Amino acid sequence: MWYLCVFYHRLLDYRRPEIESLAQLFGEENSYSNFALEWKIPKHHHPDSPFHFVNLPSEDVARSVANRSILVKGIYELWGEGSSYEELEEAIRNYPEERKLPYLSPESTFKITVDSFGKVTSFQEQNDRIKGLSYIPFKGRVNLKNPEHKFWLIETDDYGVNNGLPPVVQRRIFFGREVGAADRKLLPTYQLKSRTYLGPTAMDAEMAFLMANQALVEPGKLVYDPFVGTGSILVAAAHFGAMTMGADIDIRVVRDGRGPDCNVWSNFKQYGLPMPVGLLRADNNLPPWRPGLKEVFDAIICDPPYGVRAGGRKSGGRKLLKGAVDPYTVPDDKRVGHIPSTAPYCLSECVHDLLDLAGRMLVMDGRLVYFYPVLREDNSTEDCFPEHPCFKLVASSEQILSSRYSRILLTMVKIGPYSEENALAARIKHLEFRENHLKWLEDGNLHSSVFASADAQLTASTDSRLSKEPKPKYRGKYV
Amino acid sequence: MRLLTHNMLSSNIKGVTNGFPLRIEVEKVIEKQVDFNPDFLKNMFPKIEWKALADASRSLGYSELPDEAPESSLLESEEFLKKFHHALLELQLEEGALVCPETGRKFPVNKGIPNMLLHEDEV
Repeated sequence: MWYLCVFYHRLLDYRRPEIESLAQLFGEENSYSNFALEWKIPKHHHPDSPFHFVNLPSEDVARSVANRSILVKGIYELWGEGSSYEELEEAIRNYPEERKLPYLSPESTFKITVDSFGKVTSFQEQNDRIKGLSYIPFKGRVNLKNPEHKFWLIETDDYGVNNGLPPVVQRRIFFGREVGAADRKLLPTYQLKSRTYLGPTAMDAEMAFLMANQALVEPGKLVYDPFVGTGSILVAAAHFGAMTMGADIDIRVVRDGRGPDCNVWSNFKQYGLPMPVGLLRADNNLPPWRPGLKEVFDAIICDPPYGVRAGGRKSGGRKLLKGAVDPYTVPDDKRVGHIPSTAPYCLSECVHDLLDLAGRMLVMDGRLVYFYPVLREDNSTEDCFPEHPCFKLVASSEQILSSRYSRILLTMVKIGPYSEENALAARIKHLEFRENHLKWLEDGNLHSSVFASADAQLTASTDSRLSKEPKPKYRGKYV
Repeated sequence: MRLLTHNMLSSNIKGVTNGFPLRIEVEKVIEKQVDFNPDFLKNMFPKIEWKALADASRSLGYSELPDEAPESSLLESEEFLKKFHHALLELQLEEGALVCPETGRKFPVNKGIPNMLLHEDEV
């Protein structure tokens, strides 16, 4: 059945993938790799508009999807739409009685909300609009606090250009019954500023929930984050009921935090969530998993260090100890309590290791969800992400972080079992990929590109800049 | 560190072929209550190296698990699941070390966090 899906006007690129993931989580659809939802856009609307039509298998699925989502303002059973109130009335009158009457019965309670997108409707206008609906035979009692049925009248027209969307061609009015809506109260509860233990790259709560949704997190599943840091991603996964496990190469972050009541554990305690079932210090480059261990995690969710705010490290540093003899031996008397030096870990290697780990450790149909940075100047890399024969990319959502770079949330599904051949094929793909992206994926280069002074950038690209079109003003992905 | 984690880890020092299971040196064991989730346990059961788990739980002072890997039909018994649950998730090594069975290298466990990072000459 088709539903009207109205989104919050933010993270535009993340909206449809969230619904698609959740529809899969709650739907009866089991063939993971061939799953697709049908979408339509209302007349005269732009793809970045908050109004979309989506075809979902049932009202129960629609309700579960909406209630679990982060970006859905509401999913509605549309009773009518039109370019004017006359058209709307005709549409509602023509909507089948048997779909309407069950929700208008005398013993029910209801509420009508008047909403608009991109403009303000005064209280007086709202009242007039509600009175204008008197042709609908509402028999129930009004209950503004806790109604059984919520109806919405949503209007959109001639908003300014401030919201970053192209102007609307024509007015559009929708009337529908609410099926479900996101619980945005989660966000103030989990917002980072009230979190006890934070690091410089702690994942924003809204994004962490979106990542957990992309990963199809649900009770009883085991979720792993190989770059766990302060645990901000696992907190979201634990909220949705998953068992969590995390590793980090920095022992101070995972073991000590900032004291007994300010560490990764306390971040879970703060929200009354179950503690991670495992936290360890390990290196993503040389993971300590036993041979033969495979297909244990249902999802791997992470934000790899890509060297802009934090750089990656791996073991195998080459800093010689005082008095030690080449080649790199640690004297026996210094082995206990020795703090090994680490080496820089470039992004392409890190992502290769991540894909390899996920290929081995994810269950079939398990999901790998991670952020991948791109330089915005470099148009050629736009649609080119690391690949692995065990995985299929199902969603990529861009979030623009500055005029120079964006990060893209990649959602990959495991479609093939891990084997030596697959690992080898992945290695070859990785080398090809690395060859093509060498110029900025190597250690430090992304950082320099993002933070180079404007002058240096200008001189470097004067010629190309003259011939290049200026960046378009409208960029919905900023929202 | 819970025994679930112990069951997944091995010593990955360069040249070591037989790094599993890591022997446990106990300084301090704690028990923490964890929500009982039968589905999760049934899901994990086939992935567990049973002997390693049974031995590890014994070294932490819990001897209720059978030596041999039980038939999966036993998963229907709540009594068994509770024991499995307790050994896998509630017993925790707070202080101690994991010892590589081949080289004797100790991976310290402090505040419940195993430190699996290798030294420069072990990579």
